[in-house]
Amino acid sequence: MPEIFSEGFFPNINLQDETNWATDFVQEVIIPRLPEVVAGHFSVELGTILVMLVCAGIFVAVVPLLPLVLVLAERKVAARFQNRTGPMRVGPWGTLQTLADGIKLIFKEDYIPPQGDKLLFLLAPYIIFACSFAVFAAIPFGQGILVSDFNIGIFYIMAISSVIVMGVIMAGWSSNSKWSLLGSLRSAAQIVSYEIPLGLSILTVVMLVESLGMKQIVASQDGGIFTWLIFRSPFTFIAFFIFFISSIAEVNRTPFDLPEAESEIVAGFHTEYSGMRFALFFIAEYANMFAVSAIGVTLFLGGWQGVLPGYDFLGGFPGFVIKTLGLVFLMMWLRWTLPRLRVDQLMNLCWKYFIPISFFNILGTGVWGLIFEKDDVWSIGISCVIIYVGLISAYAVAGRSLARKPEPQPSSV
Amino acid sequence: MEFTLKTFIFYGFALITIASALAVVTVRNIVHAAFALMVTLFGVAGLYVFLQADFLAATQVIVYVGGILVLILFGVMMTSGRLEMRIHIERGQLLLGGGISLALLMLLLTVIANTPKWENLTDDGTAFEPTTKRIGELILNEKFLLPFEVASVLLLVALIGAALISRKEVRD
Repeated sequence: MPEIFSEGFFPNINLQDETNWATDFVQEVIIPRLPEVVAGHFSVELGTILVMLVCAGIFVAVVPLLPLVLVLAERKVAARFQNRTGPMRVGPWGTLQTLADGIKLIFKEDYIPPQGDKLLFLLAPYIIFACSFAVFAAIPFGQGILVSDFNIGIFYIMAISSVIVMGVIMAGWSSNSKWSLLGSLRSAAQIVSYEIPLGLSILTVVMLVESLGMKQIVASQDGGIFTWLIFRSPFTFIAFFIFFISSIAEVNRTPFDLPEAESEIVAGFHTEYSGMRFALFFIAEYANMFAVSAIGVTLFLGGWQGVLPGYDFLGGFPGFVIKTLGLVFLMMWLRWTLPRLRVDQLMNLCWKYFIPISFFNILGTGVWGLIFEKDDVWSIGISCVIIYVGLISAYAVAGRSLARKPEPQPSSV
Repeated sequence: MEFTLKTFIFYGFALITIASALAVVTVRNIVHAAFALMVTLFGVAGLYVFLQADFLAATQVIVYVGGILVLILFGVMMTSGRLEMRIHIERGQLLLGGGISLALLMLLLTVIANTPKWENLTDDGTAFEPTTKRIGELILNEKFLLPFEVASVLLLVALIGAALISRKEVRD
């Protein structure tokens, strides 16, 4: 537990407690500090709701700052990959560029297509925005830094993020534009398809941990880097890569950016949006990127647990953020390295490779769980050896076969 | 009846569910109806949370909103053009439909009357118990294994059948 929570202003609150932390906060911090007259009539339930609302307000105010940094990082990374300098004019080394862009967007005209469906057009950005932020409620950022400890943590995250599709469809349809509709249909098809390998690869983790709760998943990886779930069995190692690639597809980033392919359909489902509504989509996109990376870190890379057992190196809140930003950087790297996939390649990858491999993973994890006891030291050693040998042989085989095989022609669909 | 915050939130969810369900059947625009259905499903998920069925609530959202509703909207968008539907109703249909609805209403009312009140259910002091473990055990250990497997095989058959029907014959 971080020091600031244990002493001083917040006495006797164990944030890891199973009970509701907001209720505890009201009962032990707020009520003793109230004047005698008010304290007797103070409703604990109402206070709980108020505390939660205030926390949510702080959260919604702070998290949009994240895209502010990430957008700049993306532009700088892109510039470096292309041997440019990126934004340099606003502020030192261009660090205030996104802020300037944000202010510009606020003052732009909020255009609503007259032929479109006004109600749904106005509603769509909020659905996407709200769902992107609701995901953060179940992510443990550090020991005791978890908004809500759901028993069904990861399942809740999947449920909420599956609603984002509805917002995308809503935006695309209500714009009354071909490009928007095409973009949203592509997006929906892509997200619905890639949700399957994503869910199946999450399932391998859940099978090993035997819990859906995010806190239990992190707690099971507390023995240093080799107890991180990615190294726990060879199947979770494969599952991590399937998870990561599928989540890039889920957030519609290159090489899976067909829903907003600029050269084909202008800007996809948000073509008709301008001003602050467009900014909402933009913020949600970067928040999503951070969220899926954070989920990947929590599930496979130890969450806020450090690299060495017992030491705080790369652990706690800073370690969690560093690991997450590492995955975000990987996403940016891929974006500026790989070309966009064709639709048939996209679907082939998902249905012919990822889903069968995921099923194999689940079968393998089941067998693995039968052979080894939970938290068996031997299983970790054996799994690391298998991963090492597997990687080398895969490198040898894939390198040889990929070098010869010509790219298959697109089938006539 | 004691009016606590819980009751307030419960009636909030109930109101959302019923109002959006009314919108689903009365709104003429099909797409609007589909999005109203989304709100209804969310409301029902909220009510499941009140019944301490957390897993069921998330499943409701993931299956109905993330899956089935998306499919419905896909279908509606592919057939875009005529969104305003005016359905002509005969008197016979009206009588038949009304009769069936009335019978369903009576059935539901008897069930409601014979069920213990929800306030007594939630306020009896029992601690919240996670449902996931129990659901997993019931599905895989005890009496529901066969229906579960049959349902999954049925879905697989439906999936293969759909793929077969929609596939275009490719001639080399």
